Order: sequence, then C-alpha cells, then structure tokens
Amino acid sequence: MPMPYYVSPEQLMKDKADYARKGIARGKSVIAIEYADGILFIAENQSATLHKISEIYDRIAFAGVGRFNEFEQLRIGGIRLVDVKGYSYSREDVTAKSLANAYSQTLGNIFTAELKPYECEILVAAVGDRTETNELFHILFDGSVSDRTGWVAMGGQADALGVYLGEKYPKKAPGFAAAIKLGTESLNSVEGREMPPDSLEVGVLDRTLGRRKFRRLDNSELVALMAGKG
Amino acid sequence: MSGDTFADLLRLPVHGPGSSFSEVLRTQAHDLLPNSDPKAQLHAPEGTTVLALRYSEGVIMAGDRRATEGFQIAHRSIEKVFAADRMSAIAIAGAAGPAVEIVRLFQTELEHYEKVEGERLTLEGKANKLSQMIRANLPAAMQGLVVVPLFAGYDEARQLGRIFKYDVTGGRYEEDDYHATGSGGKDARSSLKKRFRPDLSREEAEKAAIEALFDAADEDVGTGGPDLIRGIFPNVAVISMDGIRELAEDETRALFDELISERRQEMLQPETHPVDVRRPGDED
Repeated sequence: MPMPYYVSPEQLMKDKADYARKGIARGKSVIAIEYADGILFIAENQSATLHKISEIYDRIAFAGVGRFNEFEQLRIGGIRLVDVKGYSYSREDVTAKSLANAYSQTLGNIFTAELKPYECEILVAAVGDRTETNELFHILFDGSVSDRTGWVAMGGQADALGVYLGEKYPKKAPGFAAAIKLGTESLNSVEGREMPPDSLEVGVLDRTLGRRKFRRLDNSELVALMAGKG
Repeated sequence: MSGDTFADLLRLPVHGPGSSFSEVLRTQAHDLLPNSDPKAQLHAPEGTTVLALRYSEGVIMAGDRRATEGFQIAHRSIEKVFAADRMSAIAIAGAAGPAVEIVRLFQTELEHYEKVEGERLTLEGKANKLSQMIRANLPAAMQGLVVVPLFAGYDEARQLGRIFKYDVTGGRYEEDDYHATGSGGKDARSSLKKRFRPDLSREEAEKAAIEALFDAADEDVGTGGPDLIRGIFPNVAVISMDGIRELAEDETRALFDELISERRQEMLQPETHPVDVRRPGDED
C-alpha cells in the first residue's frame, strides 16, 4: 500500500503563503493616503467599471488587490454584513474594527482550512471626525491584520511604494491637492512611467460630506486636479 | 441575531441573495423582516394625509404630522415623508408601525443595491421593488394593518418627476399629475385638483401642497394642521435633477403664514366663500 507523502505543517503553510504572495505580486497596486479632510485612495485600474475601491458604509470604504473575484466576494459579503448590522441595531453601531475582524476571521479560516488560499489583500478604512480618529486596517491573505496610520500601500509594488511614501509622506496630513500629487507621483516613480488620469481609479472618504462620506472622482475632475499641480 | 450569523454573511456565495438586501434578510435573518407576527401590533397608531405633485422641474411630496389612535392623538410630530435615497422619497399612510419598518427596509434596500452593483436602481426599479414589499405585507393588511405608501422621485433617464401610488395588494399605479392618500387624501386631492397646472414653478407647487394639506386638516379629524403654538409644521420634500431637499421649518412656517393671512382676509368678508373657489364673473 502506498504511503501518502509527509509534509510538515510549517512547509504546508509556507507553500500556501508563497503561493498567495506570488498571486498578489502579479497584480497592480492600490495606495491609501490620509489627507487633511479624510482618506484618499488611488489605484492603477484600466477598467472604469471593475472597481478596486468602493463604498461599504457611511464612513467606511474598501480597497482590494489581487484576484478580482476573491476580493469582490469579500466586498459584497462586507456590505451585506454591515447593512444587516446597521439595520438591526443602528447606523452608529457599524464600525470598521468589527468589519476588519470579520474579514480577518474569514481570511484566516480560508488560509488554514482550504486547499487554495485567497490571493488578495484588502484595506478597510474609516474616516473619523479628526485625522487622529481615522482607522486603516490592512488585512493580509492569511487573516493577519495591521492597524496603520498615514498611508498604506498594497499589491504588486507594495514594497517599493512603501519606501517612496515612507520618505515623502509629510509629518502632518497633507491637503487634498498635495495628497493627489503624492499618490500619483509615487505610482509614476515606482512604475517608471507616467500614469494617464484615465488609467487611475480614485476615491475619497471625505469627512466634510453628509451621511455617506465616500465619493468617486470622475476622470474630468482628476484631469483638472492633476493639471492644477503645475 | 447571533454573532455567528454575522460572520456567515461574509462567506455567502455572491449569487446567493444577489444584490437584494431583503433577500439577504429573508435567507439569513428572517426575524429582522417586518411583520413576522401581525397579531402583535393590532393597536398600532395610524398615520394620515400625504401627497405628491409634479412641477416643472421635478416633484414635491408633503405630509402632515399627526398620528391618531382611535379618537386620541397618538403623536403630534410624527414624520411621514422620508428620503428613500438621493433621488426619491416615500410617504406613508396607514398603520404607522409596519409602515415605518417598510420605509427603513426600503431605504436600506436601495442603498444596498447601489453599493453592491455600483449604480443606482432606475426609478421604475425602485417603484417595482416597493410594490413587492407591500405585497409581502398583505397577510398583516388582511388583519387591518394596511400600509399604502406614496412613492415619488426624479427619473434621471426621462428627466422628469414621477409619482406612484399603491394598493394593499402591492398594485402599482403611476399618477400623471398629483395624488394624495390617507384619511384626508380625498380632501387634499380636491384641493390639488383646483391648483394643479403642468407648468407649476417650484414656489407655486410648494404653495399648492401646503394649501392642500391645510384643506385636508380643515375637513379631516385624522389630519393635523400647522401647530402654531408648538411650531410643528408639515414635512415638505422637493426632488429635482439636483437631488432631494427637505424644506426647513422656517420655510414651511413662512408658507403657512402667507396662506393663513390670505385665508383670514377671505374669512372676514361674509359674502366670500371660505373655500377658495372662483365665482362666476370674478376677475382673475
């Protein structure tokens, strides 16, 4: 009788993690930057309809990198979760922390229990009344969560973007135009080419807006902003 | 609902409940749906006159603030006109408990669809969804808990305001010009009938809406008029291409002040009919 090959748990986890990392590294990047009035998200995305950045709830937004179908499932699941929670309790009871926790549990379970881990990383961001009360939760393919401030870079060029933003991000949250400039320049410098506005997907959580604080920037607005940078 | 159920939501197949929020509730949290036990709410307070009329750039919706329980006033400042989303509004008449629950579910439904799909439902789609929700309330309606809302919004594709009325079975009927429902609905309709023109300006339409509510309150015990002592005035929402805007209290107050001073003048002249009906031979 043939014996099944023995694979140590360490090796198994390492193989899965390598597999997931490779999948994510093949994709495009997304960055999030805290600016004076909220949080800015920029992604390189050729599609105008398949979004990497989207609204989850009043103050909460979502960004995903890696395999589209996987983070899309997480996005829709997240919207269902917060809408049911807000409907059964109250809108104020929906928090980014509990959503990030749910995502973390789900991704952690998938990573350990299933043959193929998810090849995606997600960001759950919530804008607070002040910059200090913003929340940025970066969740990895294995369910590990980190609470970030200032900026977050995910996806293919995450490391290089991290180095760039780490150097250039100012001590105090920049203004909106400065944040757009910082974001686009970091992508340009890391990718080594000029990104045209129509290949960028840009969204903001703007605390000056009404109840729903998420807004997409359309192409014309982005062109005007990028032209204004001089 | 338990914490486990919340966690389960994340792993539902995308195609399970699709982009419908009520479908998520029906399959995952049935106890949260309105009206699982109609017997529990038999003494619900009842809400009363709500109306909608079209004007040149969109549609206006208004409703009084009184809720009654038999011959008692249950609430003096209840709201019956709600923004369903940025481009539409829903007004309720009938049993207040289930009606408010349907509004809350409908609002969440529209926002849920918009977030999941990345675009808003068409006005037609919203009107049909509401019709299904009223149909689901039919068992409760048979026991006397009737909910018959009025739905109005700005149709971005056709670029005009549209009004939909409903019956207990979820039947959906589009109105061309105006409609009013609730116990004072007939009085408000009579008033609107005299005032309505297809080319009303926003100011004229606001005035016609206020006047119709005033007339309904004059004739119907279940409809509240302006409460000048407590400063409670009807809710008025204006929906146009620029979205929905609710009139602030002082704006509604100013409209009533104007209307009341006009009416007072008329009442002082004994030969004048108190309801504003033009006499034969009168000048415009």
